[in-house]
Amino acid sequence: MITRRDFLKKSVITAAGVALPLAAFEVLDPKKLMAQEAADTKNGTRWAFVVDTYKCVGCGLCVKACKLENEVPYDTSVTRTWVERYVITKDGKTHADTPKGGRDGFTTSKISLGMSEEAAPKDMMAKPETKPTEKFEDIDPNDITKAFFVPKLCNQCDNPPCVQVCPVGATYQTPDGVVLVDRTWCIGCGYCIMGCPYGVRFFHPVYHTAEKCTFCYHRITKGLKTACVQACPFGARQIGNLKDPNDPVTKIIMTERVSVLKAEYGTKPQVFYIGLDKEVR
Amino acid sequence: MKNHALRPLFVVIGIIVLILLFRIVYVPKDFGIGERGYMYGWHRHSNEQDWKNFKVKYQGKEYCKDCHSDKYDSINKTPHKIIQCENCHGPAIDHPSDPPKLTIDRSRALCLRCHYPLPYPTSGRANIKSIDPDKHNPGMECVTCHNPHNPMEGLR
Repeated sequence: MITRRDFLKKSVITAAGVALPLAAFEVLDPKKLMAQEAADTKNGTRWAFVVDTYKCVGCGLCVKACKLENEVPYDTSVTRTWVERYVITKDGKTHADTPKGGRDGFTTSKISLGMSEEAAPKDMMAKPETKPTEKFEDIDPNDITKAFFVPKLCNQCDNPPCVQVCPVGATYQTPDGVVLVDRTWCIGCGYCIMGCPYGVRFFHPVYHTAEKCTFCYHRITKGLKTACVQACPFGARQIGNLKDPNDPVTKIIMTERVSVLKAEYGTKPQVFYIGLDKEVR
Repeated sequence: MKNHALRPLFVVIGIIVLILLFRIVYVPKDFGIGERGYMYGWHRHSNEQDWKNFKVKYQGKEYCKDCHSDKYDSINKTPHKIIQCENCHGPAIDHPSDPPKLTIDRSRALCLRCHYPLPYPTSGRANIKSIDPDKHNPGMECVTCHNPHNPMEGLR
């Protein structure tokens, strides 16, 4: 006859055994860990990006090139990189927009306020009676104190919060610092999309997996520039290797005044901006 | 202890063994910690190569140079030299074999990306010559009069 005490004992042991993660069974070899650390410092590449917001004119050719190069469906609203417009007026207000992610550039001085709410269908299944129209805000050019464009892309953080939250090991950081997504392994839970403080991740409309900027990994590893860097006529975007002291990008980061987005999150972003302002989030 | 009390335990152990066996079959051999350690490098190694094998589509100006040297030389003497051929002509991919012909964007909207007037201080945009598209020959393609490969030569 099993006693209550026995039963409780055994169930506790079983529960504890089941709860052990499989990783706990892996034996860590200190030598191997040391070798990894050494390999880390020997590896001579750490990709980083510089964006000069003074040079950006908001033509959006980078967004167009990125979408075509990386097969992000052209007419969907999702994009790996986008350009934001900031217009700051004399009354201290910030007006910001990024119509279609800046894919078609900024060919109006009106600021987009997004789709009108009343026209949007309340019930997703119901057909909208009127077509949702885009609303715009007129800005008097004489009221503008500051106005500029800010291209955004994945920051390829040194402490990527999106990678930590992946429950299946589908997103990871390469030894040269680029965060990638394994499309065959991603289960589409969306944790990483929620985890990124910069909002650079989205679901790929075709593969239904998490999607993000890869710094054009297929190009930079062949010695090419990323599609956006190549497409930019004004040199507003640059990519380089932080571990090479003679790289122009490294020189800018070391000698000029640069800043990063949301430094307070501790993610150590590796996209450095020239001319960033407090209005930029 | 009677066997019937332990029976559920054996079932649980059996299930765990099955899961472990399934894991051996299902998880790729190269799955494991990468150079970035457990927290950031837990992944399938061959996926790095998968991304490296992705097709390059934008080839850059130098790719066009040999066959289209006339256009290449012409545009290089003008302020438009900063613009990549593929920004208007579309990605070359494996041109001329695939695709044999590129789709050129001749729309006004393309030119207006830079030449729409936005008098923005603290942005390079303010320094670009611009036209008001509602007043400057609306509805006409810019290339009807202007040569994009040599915009300074005057009207055609």
